[in-house]
Parts: sequence; C-alpha cells; structure tokens
Amino acid sequence: MIKVLFFAQIREVIGTDKLELEASEGLTAEQLRQQLVTRGDKWQLALGDANVLVAINQTLSGWDSAIASGDEVAFFPPVTGG
Amino acid sequence: MISVQTQDFSVADEYAKLADNPSCGAVVTFVGKVRDFGDSKNVSEMTLEHYPGMTEAVLDQIEAEARQRWPLDEVTIIHRVGPLRLCDQIVFIGVSSAHRKAAFDACEYLIDFLKTRAPFWKKETSDEGAVWVDAKDADQQAAEQWQR
Repeated sequence: MIKVLFFAQIREVIGTDKLELEASEGLTAEQLRQQLVTRGDKWQLALGDANVLVAINQTLSGWDSAIASGDEVAFFPPVTGG
Repeated sequence: MISVQTQDFSVADEYAKLADNPSCGAVVTFVGKVRDFGDSKNVSEMTLEHYPGMTEAVLDQIEAEARQRWPLDEVTIIHRVGPLRLCDQIVFIGVSSAHRKAAFDACEYLIDFLKTRAPFWKKETSDEGAVWVDAKDADQQAAEQWQR
C-alpha cells in the first residue's frame, strides 16, 4: 500500500486529504498522477495543473521518481508560507 | 530551535534567547505579519496550512545549509499555522553570530528559502471571499540569488 496526501487547494478541490492505494510494480509519480486524474473532472482540475509538486516520503521529488509499497506520496501546489 | 505552532510568539523572549551567549556580537531577527493586502484587497484574516513532518524536515535542512555558509551561534525559526487575524505575527527568523554580516545574510537566506521550499500554504479571506495565495516569481528569484 502507498499513502497519498493532498494539501491546500488540491485537497479542497478533490474533497479529500488522503487515501491509500495499492502500488503497481515500477510505478512513477507521473503515472500515479495520471491514474488519479482519471477519477474525474475535479481530479483533473486539481492534479492536471503544470505547477503541481510531488513529494515522496516528505522529500520533493521529480515526476519520474519511482514509488514503492510503504511510501508516502504528497501532491501540493507551490508553497506560499513566510 | 525550529517550531511550527498555532500560538503566538514573543519577539522579546526570542531575542533574549538568541542574545544569551558571550561570543554573540550580532542578533538579526525578521518577523512576517498578516497585512491587509495580498492577492486580494482588504484582507481581514488568513489560514495557514502545512505538511506536518515535511515542514520540520525542510526547515532543519535550510538551517543546516545556513550553518554551512556562515558561522552562526543560535538559529530560531518559528512559523505559525491555523487561523490568523490582520496584523498577527506569522513567522519569526532569528540568527545570532559573532559578526553582523553573517547574521544579516543568514537571516535573509533562511526566510528566502523558507518561502520557496517549506510546505506552507496561505489562504486569504477578504471582502471578496477566501482565496489561496499564488506563489510569487519574486520569491523564487530571491532564493535563486543565493545560488549564484
């Protein structure tokens, strides 16, 4: 299983802050994003944006990064703290 | 010291902790506040969201990078989360060092990278409703200047 987290407007648009999924062998962050986008319009709206960032195990990661069972994957918009 | 918290902080107390060191010759502090304009006009309140765990890890990393670049004594980073009102304090960065140049530069470095790398998100409430704040190119450029 992988744990998937969503933050800020992404969380609001899709209406959930986390879910758990079965990870297929060799899954990349981009493939996971594409899988989620097929869930419907609001998923496309939230995750289809070119500015979306992905963190794997709390480290900002590239879209070609591999995801393994047990990983925590987070999708979020560009950060705006401070 | 790194803290992500809902409660307010006292600049006087944080200054006293930073300054309490015989080798410290300079203390530089920065406070970020909720102001009445952002992406919206007439901002009245703001909500700060973050990614617990990753936030602290990124702030630890940024502090470690600053310590590699400058000889620093104490470093304090406090960032508030949750609902905040107009004029509330949002963030405190404090740095002490033997010399002022290191303290000034490290303080600016820390806030520049906090703003571009730490997973916090602001949502502003104004007369027009609540909107998520957009990331700014100017913040990205400020962080990139340190890599030149």
